[in-house]
Formats: sequence, C-alpha cells, structure tokens
Amino acid sequence: MRPHEPGTSPGLSLELVDLTFAYPGRPPALSGVTLRIERGEYLALLGQNGAGKTTLAKHFNGLLRPSSGNVLVGGRDASDLSIGELAQQVGYVFQNPDHQIFAGTTREEIAFGPRNLGLMEAEVAKRVDATLEAFGLVAQADTPPAMLGYGTRRKVALASVLAMRPQALILDEPTSGLDRRSVMELMGLLSAYSGEGHTVIVITHDVRLVADHVPHCAVLTSGRLAARGGTQSVLSDANLLSATGLDLPPVGRLAQRLGMGGADAPLDVAAFKRSYEVKRSESRGKSR
Amino acid sequence: MPSIDIRDFHYAYPPLGQAEPRWVLRGVDLAVEAGSCVGVMGATGVGKSTLCQAIVGIVPQLTGGIVRGQVRVLGEDARSTPVPDLARQVGMVFQDSESQLFNLTVEEEVAFGPENIGLPPEEIESRVAWALTTVGLIESRKRSPVELSGGEKQRLAIAAALSMSPKVLVLDEPTAHLDPRGKREIQALVATMVRDSGQTILVVEQDADWLAELADRVVVLADGRVALDGPTDAVLGDPEALLALGVGPPQLSELASAINRDLGTRFAFTRLDEAEWVLKEDLGEAP
Repeated sequence: MRPHEPGTSPGLSLELVDLTFAYPGRPPALSGVTLRIERGEYLALLGQNGAGKTTLAKHFNGLLRPSSGNVLVGGRDASDLSIGELAQQVGYVFQNPDHQIFAGTTREEIAFGPRNLGLMEAEVAKRVDATLEAFGLVAQADTPPAMLGYGTRRKVALASVLAMRPQALILDEPTSGLDRRSVMELMGLLSAYSGEGHTVIVITHDVRLVADHVPHCAVLTSGRLAARGGTQSVLSDANLLSATGLDLPPVGRLAQRLGMGGADAPLDVAAFKRSYEVKRSESRGKSR
Repeated sequence: MPSIDIRDFHYAYPPLGQAEPRWVLRGVDLAVEAGSCVGVMGATGVGKSTLCQAIVGIVPQLTGGIVRGQVRVLGEDARSTPVPDLARQVGMVFQDSESQLFNLTVEEEVAFGPENIGLPPEEIESRVAWALTTVGLIESRKRSPVELSGGEKQRLAIAAALSMSPKVLVLDEPTAHLDPRGKREIQALVATMVRDSGQTILVVEQDADWLAELADRVVVLADGRVALDGPTDAVLGDPEALLALGVGPPQLSELASAINRDLGTRFAFTRLDEAEWVLKEDLGEAP
C-alpha cells in the first residue's frame, strides 16, 4: 500500500491546551488538561473506565468541542476546522464497531471513506483490495458486516478507517473482545503504521498491552492528566498506578514482590527474564 | 451424574438460501461435575457463545439450525426442555450483559425473574436482598441500572441470574469490557460463589491470568471441538499448546517457559503466589 500522496507529510501533532469539557448539566469530564502529542508519536491513553479517555480523544476529530481551552490539530486551532476537514486527517475507530458500520458489504464499508476523500475509483479499488488483504478479510469481502462475528466486525471497522490513511489514528479500546492472535495482528499493524511516521493513539485500560507494545503513554484519572512520558518511566511508578486504579501486568507485580522494582522494573516477559537472570547469578555468587 | 453432560454435540446455524450448512460445533464432548468451576477458552469464532447458548437451550430452540448429539443439564434435555423451564435452574449472563438490563431500578431488575415464576412476595424480597448482598450492590438497590459503572452493571446482571437460585450458572466473557477494578470485582464475586454456594459454574473468558485464579479445570475449544481439557495448572501451564490454538496463555506461564528455555530450569507456575514462591526458593530466599 502506498503510504502517502507525494508532498504530504505522514504524521500530525495533536495538542490540548488547558482543556475543560463538561456534558450538559454534569460536572466536568475533563479539567484543565494540557497535553501535546508529537508528530509521529505512538501513545497510549491509559485510565479506568470513566476517567475521561474517550471524551478527551473525541476532541481531536471534532466530535466534541471544548467548554474552555484549545485543541490544536497539526498546529491549527480545531475550532477553525470543520468536522469534514478533521475527519480527513484524524481517523477514529470506535470501541463499539456497530456505531460505525453501516454498509451492505465489507467491501463497500471499506470503500466508503476513500471514496469520500474524492479519490479516483481505480485508487479506491486498489486501496480496498490492499486493505482487505492486510486484514485477512478477502473471504468476507462480499458478506454483510452485520452477519460477521464481533471480533471480525471490529476488524472491518478498523480497516475502513485505515483505508483512508489518516495522518493521525485514534483507536478506542481496540483489543477488548479480541482473541490473542487478533490482538497480535492488530498491534503489528499499528506498529507498522506508526513506523511509517503516522501519529497513533490507543485508548485502553490494559496496562499489559501498553507495556508490551506502546512506547509512550499518558494516564488520566477523574478527568485530569496524572502522568505523561515514556511507558517504562510512567509504569514503573507504583504509587501512580495504585492511585489511578490500574494494575501492573503480572510480571510487573511479580517483580515488585521479588524486590526487582525501581525505575528499571521489568514490565514484560523478556525484561523480567533478563533482570531475573542477573539477580539469580548475583545470589548464587554470594552463596558460594 | 454430571451437572452438564454434552456428548458429540454438533450445531450449524440455519443456512442462508441455498448455502451449505456451516458447522460451528463439530462433536463437543464435555461433562461438568456439580459444584465445579470450568473455564472455557478458544479463539474468536470458535463457538464458545454458541456452546453457552446450547446449555441454556437458546440454541437450537430460539435460533433454529441443525443439531446432532446430546446436551443434558441437570438431567434435562436442553434441546427440548422449554427455555423458561430450564431457566428456573440454569442461569446465564450474556457477553453483552448491558442488553439484559431493562428495568427502572436495580432491585426491580433482580426481582424480575422470581416474579415471573410466581414466587410469593416475601420469597422474592428475600432472594433480591440475598442476591444484591452477594454481589455487593445492596446499597444501590433504588438506583437506576443506567447510572452504574461497567463492573456494577455486570454484577447486577449476575445478581439477576442468582435470584433464580440456579444450580448451574453460565457466564459468557463476564469481564470483556471491564477495566482492572471491574475485573477484580467479578473475580472476587465468582470465587465467592464457587466457594460458598456449591453452584456449578461454566465461564468463558479470554483473559488467562484472570481464569488461572478461579477455575478448577480449563477446556479449550478449537475447530468446533474440545482440543484441550484438564486441571487449570496443566492446561494453562503449557503456553505453546495454547498459542497454537490462538489462545493467550497466562503471562506468568509464558515467563516460566521463557526462563526454562534459557536457564534449563523446570519452573511451572501460572499464578502470582505460586510464581513468587517458586522463584524465591530458586533464589535461596525464604518464601
């Protein structure tokens, strides 16, 4: 798949400046959030259900507009951009695939976005074929998406957004309800898309997923930004995690119990194995 | 007699037009003893939800389709015993449990089942109070289900099933959309039910770490059949076999296997307490 039209840059910076947002008649869902996501950054937005993750992300494609504060997309104030302009740049994959799927066949569902971008029919067909291939959906191309299983509908929803090749891609809980194989495929696709220079944001409460796959993260709690930085440094802060209700992955908790915590605490299997082997040879050295 | 006794069960949803029937289940054999908690895993589309629905009679009674083999639950034939009759003893919480909630208050939601089988009001009240206490929602009995968090909604759906005092309870991915707090809530609740009530529980779950702490036994479905079946530690302790079937192993059993490959050790653990014990012993620290 050709990543970009010549002359366009892949990534897009996204920025919130002192953003506050309240749904009508409710206390603020977001309070004073300032967060800059760099062009080409791959970031996880972590937090419990109800922390404000989805509300925050919906500001980047104009689905929500701030009560106060500013949203900058590619350096331009989002309030100067129409929802149509934002949608061309910022792709958004909903948590519930049925909130976005509507076409009669999988092929039509995927073709809708590229066609709306005003691409030539030949280019649309090329993108649709490449996307069906990349997602392993060739056999389902002519099936109504509504008849597919939940995991497959989620794939169709993601494929239809990725076919537009948005400069920034936001996915809301993309792995819930998927089996392990599908999760690995999906994370492989996202890592490749990020590798091409696109900005990718994954909204999740799955700390293990972030520790295994996503290099940067921001943590929200009760509508406020609690932390922002490299995944290793954010997740090795045990106080932060317990204050925000998130769980370390099992190997991280095991490391704590074995006194292998600290700033370089292992958070995935490979890192744990390395630290454990060091600790083990030290303890054998001492006992000799 | 096992609580659930499934033998050579085949099922195909009604074919569309002239299409050949597509068999979802192709010869499932599964016997679940009374009072045990069995975890069911398997890749997406392997027929886990179909199997759950067959246990409560929805498949094939409400779905139609083609059936072969047997499903007996508490001695009743689930293929022919009317679904409402089965529901007096066999409860189910659906994957999308929010779709099950439709009443104005939490307590009405839980009273709905017992009212429908014509129990006397005192009995209904005592069951509602017991079920809401069990799931920790008694304080919220007058609230609207809509206001509850994800974990609370899931606990409410379980309370609604519990109020029928089912001998068998089927949970279809009870934590799929829950955050860590919600997952812990449901884990604690299911553990209590297994320990205290003697119910037979069959729980479908993708999260092996979560299941490792709960189930006595784990069954993995693949190609419409039971591909792995055994004690939890044996099945979840073999990450290669699970991955080959598209199922994610517990992270700690992947860790044991990775360390064993490098160090030539023979560690075996799937749960946090076990792993801590084994590794502390290996390090020469008092576990």
